Amino acid sequence: MSLIRVENLAKNYRLGDTEVPALRGVTLTIERGSFVAVMGPSGSGKSTFMNLLGCLDTPSAGRYWLDGDLVSQLDDDALSRVRNRKIGFVFQHFNLLPRTSALDNVALPLLYRGVKAAERQARAARRLAQVGLAERSGHHPAQLSGGQQQRVAIARALVGDPALILADEPTGALDSRTGIEIMTLLQELNREGITIVVVTHEHDIAAYAGRIIHFRDGVVVDDALNASRDASADLAALTAVS
Amino acid sequence: MNFYATLLVALKALATNKLRSALTMLGIIIGVAAVIVMIAVGGGARAQVEAQIKSLGSNLMMIFSASASFTGARAAVGAAFTISEDDAYAIARELPEYVVAAAPVLRGSGQIVAGGANWSTSFYGVTPEYFEVREWGLAEGRAFEAAELNGAAKVAIIGKTVATNLFGEESPLDRTIRIRTVPLTVVGVLDAKGQSPGGSDLDDIVLLPITTARNRVLGTTAVAKSRSVGSIQIKLIDGVDGKAAEEAVRELLRQRHRLQPDQEDDFTLRNMTEILQTREESSRVMALLLAAVASVSLLVGGIGIMNIMLVSVTERTREIGLRRAVGARARDILLQFLVESITLSLIGGLVGVALGIGGAELIAEWAGWPIRLVPTTILLAVGTASAIGIFFGWYPARQAAHLSPIEALRHE
Repeated sequence: MSLIRVENLAKNYRLGDTEVPALRGVTLTIERGSFVAVMGPSGSGKSTFMNLLGCLDTPSAGRYWLDGDLVSQLDDDALSRVRNRKIGFVFQHFNLLPRTSALDNVALPLLYRGVKAAERQARAARRLAQVGLAERSGHHPAQLSGGQQQRVAIARALVGDPALILADEPTGALDSRTGIEIMTLLQELNREGITIVVVTHEHDIAAYAGRIIHFRDGVVVDDALNASRDASADLAALTAVS
Repeated sequence: MNFYATLLVALKALATNKLRSALTMLGIIIGVAAVIVMIAVGGGARAQVEAQIKSLGSNLMMIFSASASFTGARAAVGAAFTISEDDAYAIARELPEYVVAAAPVLRGSGQIVAGGANWSTSFYGVTPEYFEVREWGLAEGRAFEAAELNGAAKVAIIGKTVATNLFGEESPLDRTIRIRTVPLTVVGVLDAKGQSPGGSDLDDIVLLPITTARNRVLGTTAVAKSRSVGSIQIKLIDGVDGKAAEEAVRELLRQRHRLQPDQEDDFTLRNMTEILQTREESSRVMALLLAAVASVSLLVGGIGIMNIMLVSVTERTREIGLRRAVGARARDILLQFLVESITLSLIGGLVGVALGIGGAELIAEWAGWPIRLVPTTILLAVGTASAIGIFFGWYPARQAAHLSPIEALRHE
């Protein structure tokens, strides 16, 4: 069974008196353990698609199954629960809580799951170690580099053991080398079995995915498997050059 | 997410913005402190008036001789008074529907000597009715006996202040005091009453049988030759119409003094209790007014909280979006911001209470104003502060909770 299945997914936005279609009937499936890049120019509907996949928004029409559950008709509270348990978000601008330690940032999703403090800390520490920041757990975001901040954000996405990680332009605010580091990390996580969907407008970044879906004018115009580049190899090559 | 976790999140948010939190609280602190000080001062003023009413005896009416000034001090020497002891007895006899008792009082003042000590005070020639009218009991000793009243015996009952000044800690009973040249034996000490409405010391007093005062102490003056007195103090029956009683007494005295309709009264009537009740009423209104003015500052403090919370919601829009993305429900966000504003106002309220109590004590200490602090006032102030937190925090919290997660995450 696929992790994600959407059928005729559509979304209209109201602009004054007129309905503007942002997504016009998308049908596709995403298998467990895959690494998918979503591409398209701005206004193509890729962001709308991401918001719907992330259960941050509800579709105007169509159906969406996540991990076997029909989630397209759920109410706001139920969607919060789905986000909390099944989805990990990674954003372009990291979105860490300022003046809050890396550990507390990572533990945040568990707070809303009602996990006890001691266990929150333990699980957050484990995920921080996984992204290589064990010794930075007490640092505030302002004391971390952009790449480190994004790693903290990835640890936060992982902490709830989600079925899916949604990364919205995860390298957009980073220099290219750090971007490749982040992609290396995401590829590692993917090899461990986590499904990853990355939204990007950079072909270089999309190249690391195993499948690339192109959006234009609210529909999928291209959906093809991709011989994914090995980010760790690119990183090694970069290190050798410099 | 449980409430405890929400509380922690809210407290952490407040702690990360210490200066702002403190400044926001300042409005509530000042408001609550102002309300408490004002209520304490207003309550103190009322308590003072209430104590004065009690010290005078309830339902007290006074009649002064026309030639006497309000205190009667000057008139004691020289001219005879226009009212007499018999007027007092007539009032008690003729107006039983209004009057419990009427006490004629003959006042004088002078140096009082006891051994080496001396003390300048007022002395009053009184009848047993005096104690009844003024609701005044004895702390020590005994009242005047009938024989002493009839025989102008050389006895005296003294107030606490006089006793302390003449005899210190020793018992004044059976000791001798001298007023002018007349030696008197102290047979009793009055209960302490404290301050009069005019601010004078009610315990600074010496009482003599009226006969003694007239015949022996004031013996050489014109007063002694008549039965006239400086004033008559009347205790009215509880619940009678003060105005009607006043009219009845006036009518009776005018008749007895054979005054023509075109002649003015040769006496002055004062309903002391009514005067004080009016004063109590006005001090109550004053207290209310003060509290109302102080409440305005509390309101302004509340609006300050709303203001800052709205700014905070706008500033933290992305944080709200993130929290929603990682699983916070709308109500979790609502609760978080509500707890923040309630915490601000509650802490502000508690600090305000402490400051208010301190301020009231300072006022009592330095300005010498009476204050009255009631626990219910403090509870009320803290309760109001929390209510303000909920009321003014609700709108910003709702704004925060109703943000769309997508919009919030995209917020720059």
